[in-house]
Amino acid sequence: MTRPSRSSLLMAPALVWLTALMVVPCALVLALAFFRRGIYGGIDYTFTLENFGLVFDPLYAGIFLKSARIAGTATLIAVVVGYAAAYAIAAAPRRWQPVFLFFAVLPFWSNYLIRTYAWIVLLNREGLITQLLRWLGYTGEPPSMLYTEGAVIAGLVYNYLPFVILACYAPLSRLNPELAEASRDLGASAATTFRRVILPLTVPGIAAGAVFVFVLSIGNFVTPALLGGGRFQMIGNLVYDQFLTANDWPFGAALAMALIAIMLLVLMAQALAANRAAGRSAQTGGADG
Amino acid sequence: MSEPRTLLAIDQVSKNFGRVTAVDGISLDIRENEFFALLGPSGCGKTTLLRMLAGFETPSDGRILLDGKDIARTPPNKRPVNLMFQSYALFPHMSVRANVSYGLEMERLPSAEIRSRVDAILATTELVPFADRKPDQLSGGQKQRVALARALVKRPRLLLLDEPLGALDKKLRGAMQLELKRLQHEVGITFVIVTHDQEESLVMADRMAVLKDGKLLQCDTPHAVYEHPADRFVADFIGVMNFVPGKATADGVAATNGTRIAGKLPTELTAGQAAVASVRPERIRLFPPAETANRTTGTVEALAYQGLDLQLHVRTPLSPKPFLVRVTADAADRRPVSSGDKVELGWDAADVRIFKE
Repeated sequence: MTRPSRSSLLMAPALVWLTALMVVPCALVLALAFFRRGIYGGIDYTFTLENFGLVFDPLYAGIFLKSARIAGTATLIAVVVGYAAAYAIAAAPRRWQPVFLFFAVLPFWSNYLIRTYAWIVLLNREGLITQLLRWLGYTGEPPSMLYTEGAVIAGLVYNYLPFVILACYAPLSRLNPELAEASRDLGASAATTFRRVILPLTVPGIAAGAVFVFVLSIGNFVTPALLGGGRFQMIGNLVYDQFLTANDWPFGAALAMALIAIMLLVLMAQALAANRAAGRSAQTGGADG
Repeated sequence: MSEPRTLLAIDQVSKNFGRVTAVDGISLDIRENEFFALLGPSGCGKTTLLRMLAGFETPSDGRILLDGKDIARTPPNKRPVNLMFQSYALFPHMSVRANVSYGLEMERLPSAEIRSRVDAILATTELVPFADRKPDQLSGGQKQRVALARALVKRPRLLLLDEPLGALDKKLRGAMQLELKRLQHEVGITFVIVTHDQEESLVMADRMAVLKDGKLLQCDTPHAVYEHPADRFVADFIGVMNFVPGKATADGVAATNGTRIAGKLPTELTAGQAAVASVRPERIRLFPPAETANRTTGTVEALAYQGLDLQLHVRTPLSPKPFLVRVTADAADRRPVSSGDKVELGWDAADVRIFKE
């Protein structure tokens, strides 16, 4: 081609933006990971693979596994709760659906930090939940809820639930209600209809929502820092500590790269699955006759 | 022939949605192995009635007896009734074969039996070459056959069809009408079809019910409904009808211009009441013999050539609307007419139907 086409011109600003603010910083962090930590902090520019070896040290690999477990649990809960909510919204009368969706997404319009602080108020030893229990007649020790893994999972589910609701609502609301009726008509119970017709047709929404929650959760550091307390570490907190507390930038960079690699793998797996699903329905082409 | 057995008895069934009465005290008997049509304009309650037969709506009042058993409150997956949806509602993530097998899998039949029954119905509906396709790789006519196969393979006591040909183009429609009729004979299953297309029910149905505003107006064979409509609405809705408004007399109707239309007065009418006389376009002759009971003159306003016959619009003093007259191509050849010609029209008293206005 001798002249840039109009579409590549339209893409140019986004490409410049991504290159300057995404690719370049990522490349810098990646480069950092191959150097040594200087004796007084800072960087000693001699090549090494040590930092990547350290990532697989049981101590740090354990934190990766723990983060994956927490993100996985949060994803599972968010998908179950979010799908149920999306199903209920899609089943509501048409004119009410935008209202319910608005309320489901409403927390989004407030600051993430403030929302997470609100959970501290709820889960505190003398917080709202303890007070509610007291009011209901509970007299024992206040339950310790804050600074636990449960609190972190609750915070992650709460923050990312709207994504799941929106992602699942789209395919559910587009589903022809006659499909469920046809299934019932052909002898299927309501449960079988859900398992064999409704669920398979809405899997793309579930997958999109799940990937979103998982990727955002596994790298999160605000929620574990606030709701998990100082002792509680996920990869995000570890990376944060390496850069800002331990002053070991190269190791922090290696950890960050490992985290990005995990996220990319998850995203690629989802893209591949979505592609295959789309390809399967297109491969034999249109109808004839 | 033995006495036809009643398969489905709809007994005083009503359905209200809030303050709206969609179906208003309908009683109907549908016989074993017949092709029955529920016909009416949109909003007449025919779809609601069908959904009550399928089990998607529960009657507010009345009973639905299948083989003498009240199924009005039986859920759709527990009744030997299947519905072919207007949108076909094929499962888009399943192949044609999986769509058709689905209903038999729900009956937990042995897989060998499922396979042989599915194979048989795919052969009957000429779908074997498309068995592995997904619904979005099928044409409209093919989808319709899959929907039919999926319902028929269950061998229901009653098959309900909601506007089954609505999505097809006119030519394919005609072919599918005959195809449905042939299939119904072949499988020996009672068909109840819902349609707004009166021509469709005349062609296909053994008997038909005409509904309006949730009420049953007439239930009879297509021939009887066409020749002896129960009221003015049915006469107008089924086929084409020429109406002459006037007043009832002892032996017919006096048109507003004074012309007497001879015909048999129905029992509910007495002389002097407002009435309307009617006659089908194909019963009217051009230049009739002298002894014809009813005659008028008119001016040809328009001609429509339709291959087999010729349709004339004739302005007469009898009615505000022009008369529609159908003349066979033969008759038109013998005595050609053209727009603007003065013609004489005539029809027998036996062909006149008189209704309350």
